[in-house]
Amino acid sequence: MTQVERQQWDVVIVGAGGAGLRAAIEAREQGMRTAVICKSLFGKAHTVMAEGGIAASMGNVNEGDNWKVHFRDTMRGGKFLNHWRMAELHAKEAPDRVWELETWGALFDRTKEGKISQRNFGGHEYPRLAHVGDRTGLELIRTLQQKVVSLQQEDHQETGDHEARLKVFQECTVTRVLKDGDEVSGTFCYERESGRFFVLEAPSVVLATGGIGKSFKVTSNSWEYTGDGHALALLAGAPLVNMEFVQFHPTGMVWPPSVKGILVTESVRGDGGVLRNSEDKRFMFDYVPAVFKEQYAESEQEADGWYDDPEKHRRPPELLPRDEVARAINSEVKAGRGTPHGGVYLDVSSRMSAEVIKRRLPSMHHQFIELADVDITAQPMEVGPTCHYVMGGVDVDPDTGAATGVPGLFAAGEVSGGMHGSNRLGGNSLSDLLVFGRRAGLYAAERAAARGAEERPAVDETQLAEAVAEALRPFDPTAEAEAGEAGEAGEAGDDKPAENPYTVHQQLQRTMNDLVGIIRREEEMAGALERLAELRARAARAGVEGHRQFNPGWHLALDLRNMLLVSECVARAALNRTESRGGHTRDDHPEMVREWRRANLVCSLTERAEVGTGERATKGDTTPGRITLRRREVSPIRPDLLELFEKEELIKYLTDEELTTE
Amino acid sequence: MSTSNEVTGADSAPDDPGAEEPAAGSSARAANESASEAATGAPSGTTAVPDQATAPDTPPRDVSDGRPETSYDAHFRVWRGDPEGGRLEDFTVEVNEGEVVLDIIHRLQATQAGDLAVRWNCKAGKCGSCSAEINGRPRLLCMTRMSTFERADVVTVTPLRAFPVVRDLVTDVSYNYTKAREIPSFVPPAELAPGEYRMQQEDVERSQEFRKCIECFLCQDTCHVVRDHEENKQSFAGPRFLMRQAELDMHPLDAAEEQGLDRKTSAQEEHGLGYCNITKCCTEVCPEGIRITDNALIPMKERVADRKYDPLVWLGNKIRRRS
Repeated sequence: MTQVERQQWDVVIVGAGGAGLRAAIEAREQGMRTAVICKSLFGKAHTVMAEGGIAASMGNVNEGDNWKVHFRDTMRGGKFLNHWRMAELHAKEAPDRVWELETWGALFDRTKEGKISQRNFGGHEYPRLAHVGDRTGLELIRTLQQKVVSLQQEDHQETGDHEARLKVFQECTVTRVLKDGDEVSGTFCYERESGRFFVLEAPSVVLATGGIGKSFKVTSNSWEYTGDGHALALLAGAPLVNMEFVQFHPTGMVWPPSVKGILVTESVRGDGGVLRNSEDKRFMFDYVPAVFKEQYAESEQEADGWYDDPEKHRRPPELLPRDEVARAINSEVKAGRGTPHGGVYLDVSSRMSAEVIKRRLPSMHHQFIELADVDITAQPMEVGPTCHYVMGGVDVDPDTGAATGVPGLFAAGEVSGGMHGSNRLGGNSLSDLLVFGRRAGLYAAERAAARGAEERPAVDETQLAEAVAEALRPFDPTAEAEAGEAGEAGEAGDDKPAENPYTVHQQLQRTMNDLVGIIRREEEMAGALERLAELRARAARAGVEGHRQFNPGWHLALDLRNMLLVSECVARAALNRTESRGGHTRDDHPEMVREWRRANLVCSLTERAEVGTGERATKGDTTPGRITLRRREVSPIRPDLLELFEKEELIKYLTDEELTTE
Repeated sequence: MSTSNEVTGADSAPDDPGAEEPAAGSSARAANESASEAATGAPSGTTAVPDQATAPDTPPRDVSDGRPETSYDAHFRVWRGDPEGGRLEDFTVEVNEGEVVLDIIHRLQATQAGDLAVRWNCKAGKCGSCSAEINGRPRLLCMTRMSTFERADVVTVTPLRAFPVVRDLVTDVSYNYTKAREIPSFVPPAELAPGEYRMQQEDVERSQEFRKCIECFLCQDTCHVVRDHEENKQSFAGPRFLMRQAELDMHPLDAAEEQGLDRKTSAQEEHGLGYCNITKCCTEVCPEGIRITDNALIPMKERVADRKYDPLVWLGNKIRRRS
């Protein structure tokens, strides 16, 4: 049997973005020996891509802001499907999490009084986003990274070893969460550089792996977003919730083709940018849905007045929540009013001076000049929707981040579900990472501390051997495929050639983009599920050349398992939910249905695919089975939180039954 | 560090940084010129016309593949190998309108070299992962547009020269993480609670410029203090981390001095600020346009000089040390 190096830690954190690093800092400060494992170099996580800001009701720009207003906005943005407790904790704790960053060296943009400046954003009633130009994510990740380094310096001073209590395993991938009975016992990992396998044993594992965007063709997400944590949770027996809700950010670049999907920050609109179609019309006025009629302006004059005098004017409709704007752009393009490259125009050049644009939106200016030859101080941008964020994720306890059903497993950030309901507001992601990253780190540490060194869960040898076999399969795919795919696709014994993982990946991206994208239909999603089954069979035969040293083909072949699992969850849940809500739009069921608000769709893995059950312990047979879907009633919103809303508004979302049982 | 020197020594690629650097500015200008051409609406600039006339004949491709005129086959030379050694490999590869060098590397992975190792992440110039050398010049692969080259140009892609090769275009950048740990961290002011920090915009802007750094380490790669002098790595933090010290030194609320830490002296005495002889190579390669030399390194040097020759500071230091 393969010898695999093992290390013992108290808490293992998978992912080194905002949530992972915040969790790591907390676990280490609780005195736990903490390991962070991440696919990229330390400091490169996808969090750096966040541009606009961190939502926190500090009230620095408008004193009327407080956690209750933020809570309300968040629930509205998510069309009331949010887990109310997560939305409450998030709104209450976000300011502390932002202020804390300053004590670690963060330098936000300032107000005239020297406080942290806050900007407007879609769906937020007041200017609420703490920001640094349009590179807030970079500031966040760098601050957390530097805080980690500063803790390591403390440890070095004390022990002579920087990594005694907090170590970052960079450029490593986790392919399995290991279990001892029901509970977590550690993670199986490989080092990308050498291909070497190793195990981190720990009683607490925090998933902080981000999202799933790389299953879609047009996306703002980086290569890391292959749904690893979502899949690891499923494979470990933890369910996912709300997977039908995928956010398409309204403004991604549409040209040139190679950059299609790269994000154009919402700050462009928050700071005054407007959307126009090819007929030069500000079309968003035609797309204000009934539930938001009272809060948004009806004329250009009213909308423009809001920037200077928000008390006397209603908000411009460009600042509707992202799902609304994305659908509107999609409709305009479909109606033939798009730009030459199939988007709409987003213009700041006629709204602000060149100097202001360069100061407030420096990376956008840079990005368009460098990648598209467009000077946004003189010309409009062309933009269109891009897959940006998944609201769904690991079903967690709202207070602790503990995953349902798997003791010792935690999740925080984009990989967890519930907080954002059916649609996330811009700026609520960075704050989510900090609030729930800290909480997951805290409770993971608490659990680890409660387990003495003698009573640590043990790593199961069978699981380990299976994890090794699974990871090596792409080097000899056809031999294994026969055993692995026999029951899966009914093609046992077929002598099919190895598949190119890049080709399978491209077809997966096209399938999800075209059939389970921004606008969905029953037949298309059913077709997508069939194609996903075929692709799963092909992915099981994905073969790679070369050896294990930094081999991207191999890495992709392994990531395919995760993307396919997650894609099946998205397609299955989306097919089941026969209404339109937030990041789930059904062409064949265009209305939002109040009864559906009470339902969460929960995805779990069918029994037979679990590792270590002994049932199908044949070599390499770890091909994930199909996803089982069940409907679960959401927990009723606490009465004092419901009282924060006007009755007239609640009627739009809640059923009569829910309203009368108050 | 013999391995990384072999990388560029292995071939006759245009890899002499000394020869490249003056040309770099002009190639950037050329890039802007071709950019403005495209913006005026000419399909892909006038230079493309003669190429198009010959393109269908030269590569052995199916002419009926329906490719648009903006698509062509480029000649790439990519360094492939590991710490044991390696060589430049030639590839003929399709290029389409608007693409960047990283797109071409990805196409090679997907169609011709599935195990070609390259680091990348955001593909939008924000994470600083895909650093390499293109025709001998340190650059981000994702921010180098193919339109900056002529169609007939050979595009040579090699790994960062100052760091040991891991495989193909991936280098071991651990030097940078080691240096990051040696820089004393931000010291929060003891008297202020979270939420009480007050700073003026103009006071934070100086440090904010340095915090734009995406840690691509191109400045570290190009800096001649370490690029050709492996032995200096021990005592030299490199532009990125000297700038980090300037950033902290200019932070309006950093309380390092209250704890007896003088960041300028530390930069000079412990992190090799004195090695820098302000040739500004770091500033030239910075993809974020940070004026590393002018705004970070020179001011630090000036203050070190002030401190050294200021008799009061000298006396103060003597007294403080004694206590």
